[in-house]
Amino acid sequence: MSKRIDINNLNVYYSQFLAVEDVSLSIEPKAVTAFIGPSGCGKSTFLRTLNRMHEVIPGGRVEGEVLIDGVDLYGKDVDPVTVRRHVGMVFQRPNPFPTMSIAENVLAGYRLNNKRVSNSDAEDLVESSLRGANLWDEVKDRLNKPGSSLSGGQQQRLCIARAIAIKPDVLLMDEPCSALDPISTLAIEDLITDLKDQYTIVIVTHNMQQAARVSDTTAFFNIAGTGKPGKLIEMNDTTTMFSTPSEKATEDYISGRFG
Amino acid sequence: MTTTPSSTDSQSAGNDYGTHPGARANGIFKGLSTGAGVLILVTLAAVATFLLVEAWPAFVSSSEDLGQEVSFIKPEDGQSLMETIGFLVYGTVLMSVIALVIATPISIGIALFISHYAPRRLAQTLGYLIDLLAAVPSVVYGLWGVAVLVPFLNPFYQFLADYLGFIPLFAAPESGEIFTGRVAMSAGIVLAIMILPIITAITREVFLQTPVLHEEAALAMGATRWEMIRMAVFPFARSGMVGATMLGLGRALGETMAVLMIISPGLTLSPYILQPNQHNTVAGYIALQFPEANAMGVSSLVAMGLALFVITLLVNMLARWVVSRRSEYSGAN
Repeated sequence: MSKRIDINNLNVYYSQFLAVEDVSLSIEPKAVTAFIGPSGCGKSTFLRTLNRMHEVIPGGRVEGEVLIDGVDLYGKDVDPVTVRRHVGMVFQRPNPFPTMSIAENVLAGYRLNNKRVSNSDAEDLVESSLRGANLWDEVKDRLNKPGSSLSGGQQQRLCIARAIAIKPDVLLMDEPCSALDPISTLAIEDLITDLKDQYTIVIVTHNMQQAARVSDTTAFFNIAGTGKPGKLIEMNDTTTMFSTPSEKATEDYISGRFG
Repeated sequence: MTTTPSSTDSQSAGNDYGTHPGARANGIFKGLSTGAGVLILVTLAAVATFLLVEAWPAFVSSSEDLGQEVSFIKPEDGQSLMETIGFLVYGTVLMSVIALVIATPISIGIALFISHYAPRRLAQTLGYLIDLLAAVPSVVYGLWGVAVLVPFLNPFYQFLADYLGFIPLFAAPESGEIFTGRVAMSAGIVLAIMILPIITAITREVFLQTPVLHEEAALAMGATRWEMIRMAVFPFARSGMVGATMLGLGRALGETMAVLMIISPGLTLSPYILQPNQHNTVAGYIALQFPEANAMGVSSLVAMGLALFVITLLVNMLARWVVSRRSEYSGAN
């Protein structure tokens, strides 16, 4: 269920514009890897190359390799749709399908692969996914209500339930708490800690305390200036990164002396 | 608070929280927009009143009297006022339904192609061309229908009648009659082309407004583009699609010229859309009879207009109901 990711010399482009330059790094399975860095440094763009969502944007393309357990996601025989069924994603703003009920939202991805799902299987999957996202107790009495009737934090956990319902190899999270209040944020962070027993998790965050709290490894991205490509500056154990970073830029950023 | 007339400028300005320069413009604009809103109600009421008052004499006079006074009302031939209205409403709805059945899927297909499949430049050009279709006057569509489309379609009708004639809808004209192509099917097809632009334009706009957030949610869980459209775009656009279809239906129901020019009119309740002299529309019939109608004739025609007004109203109410039925789930909240 959890796999390692190796990225070799990845360049990410929007048409001709080089957004992220020459990134090589490895992401360990059953661990949380955090990407931190200032706005516009390309960390979200980079994250989206790990499930080929980057190319959904017109002009989006990459050069280089992204290997998941040795298989290049950008290889010739790889279908991006299949990639996304193995690499789940949670977005910055909670985005449950507003026209679907809570239960249908959880099942949405699963139904793409399995056209016929028996009622009992569906109920089991809804319950296990919602329990996995720490949401079951809050919504078990209103599974048929629209997903948009939930609070922001609950919606985000619903999105996590939806993502884990398809049992992905990797779970990507793009600033999953930035639209949430502190209590909801705490709930999601606890959940991330629970989930790493089973999944490879990559999280982009603006919040350095969050990175320090939830991640095992931290990668710092930075940008030299407007119009310049973002780069990976440093990557290390989270404790090392936040106590004794080897790069000056990293130290400036995490100590708030940035810019 | 009170201000005495003798108070000087400085005294009235002593209150810093009084009127401000924008207050008057705001008041004027409020008046204008309220007026515009009221105007709609007044116009609608005026039209409804006109229809009721003018149609009243035709409704209250007996069938025989009306038959004697009005040349086109023939109770003895089964064409009393009410029967005629029945035939016409049936013909109108029949042709409009043909038009909708043809136009709705094509419009949604075009709109989806423009909004989600075509490269940007092609999409813009295509959208522009579709808008141009809406600018063609209906009389031109009528001429084109008669001169080009009907002769072109006639062989297909014969083919349909030969192989699917056992379905009443496609039954061939009785022996002795020939295929003219000037039938409800042709009128429906021309109407479909006429309502295509409006349905396409509105559904395209709605499709384009689908939140990227929801589209990406679908794509990120491994949906193909078509699955993404079914999961994110269609549910979001549902009410817009219904609204667009109903607007198209509204146009089809009221269309006069093109239908009048294409169809060989008749007054029956037959399902035979490939046979001439079977159907006519309310609008077409009114336009045909109006120039030579006497006072009672006009009253009868207004009664038919009232019927058209009522079905259009019903269609709109139905559309509202369909849209509101799932408002809790709509993308709007």
